[in-house]
Amino acid sequence: MPETRRGPTTEVDLTLRVNGSSRRLRLDSRVTLLDALRDRLELTGTKKGCDQGACGACTVLADGKRVLSCLTLAAQCDGREVTTIEGLAPDGGLHPMQEAFIRHDGFQCGYCTPGQIMSAVALLAEGRAGSAEEIREFMSGNICRCGAYPNIVAAIREAAGQDAGL
Amino acid sequence: MQAFEYIRADDVASAVALVSGDLRAQYLAGGTTQVDLMLKDGVLEPKRLLDITRLPLHGITRDGDVLHVGALVTMEELATDAAIAERLPFVRDALLASASTQLRNMATIGGNILQRTRCRYFRDPAVPACNKRMPGSGCAAISGAARMHAILGASEHCIAVHASDLCVPLVALDAVVHIQGPEAGRSAPLTEFYVVPGDRPDVENVLRHGELLTAIDIPLLPPGTRSGYLKIRDRASYEFALTSAAVALDIDDGVIAHARVALGGVGTIPWRALEAEEVLRGAPVGAEVFRAAADAAVHDPFTVPGTAFKVALAKRTLVRALETVTRGSA
Repeated sequence: MPETRRGPTTEVDLTLRVNGSSRRLRLDSRVTLLDALRDRLELTGTKKGCDQGACGACTVLADGKRVLSCLTLAAQCDGREVTTIEGLAPDGGLHPMQEAFIRHDGFQCGYCTPGQIMSAVALLAEGRAGSAEEIREFMSGNICRCGAYPNIVAAIREAAGQDAGL
Repeated sequence: MQAFEYIRADDVASAVALVSGDLRAQYLAGGTTQVDLMLKDGVLEPKRLLDITRLPLHGITRDGDVLHVGALVTMEELATDAAIAERLPFVRDALLASASTQLRNMATIGGNILQRTRCRYFRDPAVPACNKRMPGSGCAAISGAARMHAILGASEHCIAVHASDLCVPLVALDAVVHIQGPEAGRSAPLTEFYVVPGDRPDVENVLRHGELLTAIDIPLLPPGTRSGYLKIRDRASYEFALTSAAVALDIDDGVIAHARVALGGVGTIPWRALEAEEVLRGAPVGAEVFRAAADAAVHDPFTVPGTAFKVALAKRTLVRALETVTRGSA
């Protein structure tokens, strides 16, 4: 990029650390973490649903905590560790939560599924998968318009059981 | 959506100086209100956005019977704090009844206090009439879909509700916010921090432009105080309140020695119900007293057809909350 085209002050230089690797990026300050992941890093597993903080499809982990990437500016994530659905399991394998979702048919169209799974992984880390009721309450930020909720709860219960046995 | 300059704040003093000196500059914390209103709704249009999330305002410390909470503590951090679980269970209940875990991991306590209304007309610049967004332009909600709107502190100028759950127990507790300005710091009880809209709904609190909310002091309830937060909503979870009530009672031998009461979902500001507290204080625990307290709490409501149901619902919510916390006390 020629020096004469140095960006205006509305651009931001940052390092995004996603799924264990770092990327230097120059972004318009308005770019959300969601759009940076999908459009700049080509990590399209994270989905854009409502794009307004209401549906949970864009859920990722930032420094280990589940957040909504559609309401997070990419600039705010400079240097923070972001984990997306692509980074849950190494080398093309499946995370136990992903396996449980498959086993219990925890989806229909699949669009909300990456957000559901990221949220469910965080739920277990929070220690809030103790009962079906608790799972339903603390997964309420992830909407499934196909209505696969009973199977999602079953998948999380199974994964929680495995987790408790570790 | 207009472009803005993103700046990361290094320390409180320079952050306050920067925003105080530029009317087009705004603070950014968790972003769950700010980013939404800027990028998605086009309601806020700062030219400079000062990210304060790395300022040292993250701690929770206990000083005797007061919890000192930094403005950047997240809702989730406060909800899982041990002192909150032990001595302020209704604050914990209000936090966990708010939003979703994802949003609670992002949203800060300062941001929760300063959150903007969910009024759909305020959030839609295509609607010309909104006195909060454009003073003097009118109120579209008055003749619009107003199920989620206010009946207390409301008028024909504005019926936008303050949607916080957390702030309902906080006003009941006489929590105090700390504010840093360019010259000096000051503090204000939360009950005096919010401003009932009157004919200036654009003025929501006593903050001047550039002043930064840095912390809140939350008094702990005495051991043995019974407290509860009851939230009534259109779905079981992840929904704003239609009505809510926060109550804390000290009961001595079947008589209410001390009462703290506030209502949510019905006020243009988090609504402290001092009149209800007066009715309860010194009265015996019982349904008749609770109904009298509810009548006192919801006096002189301003209703439109969409909100008329809230008068009875708010009263029943308070009665139910009082019944629940006093169960087994007689």
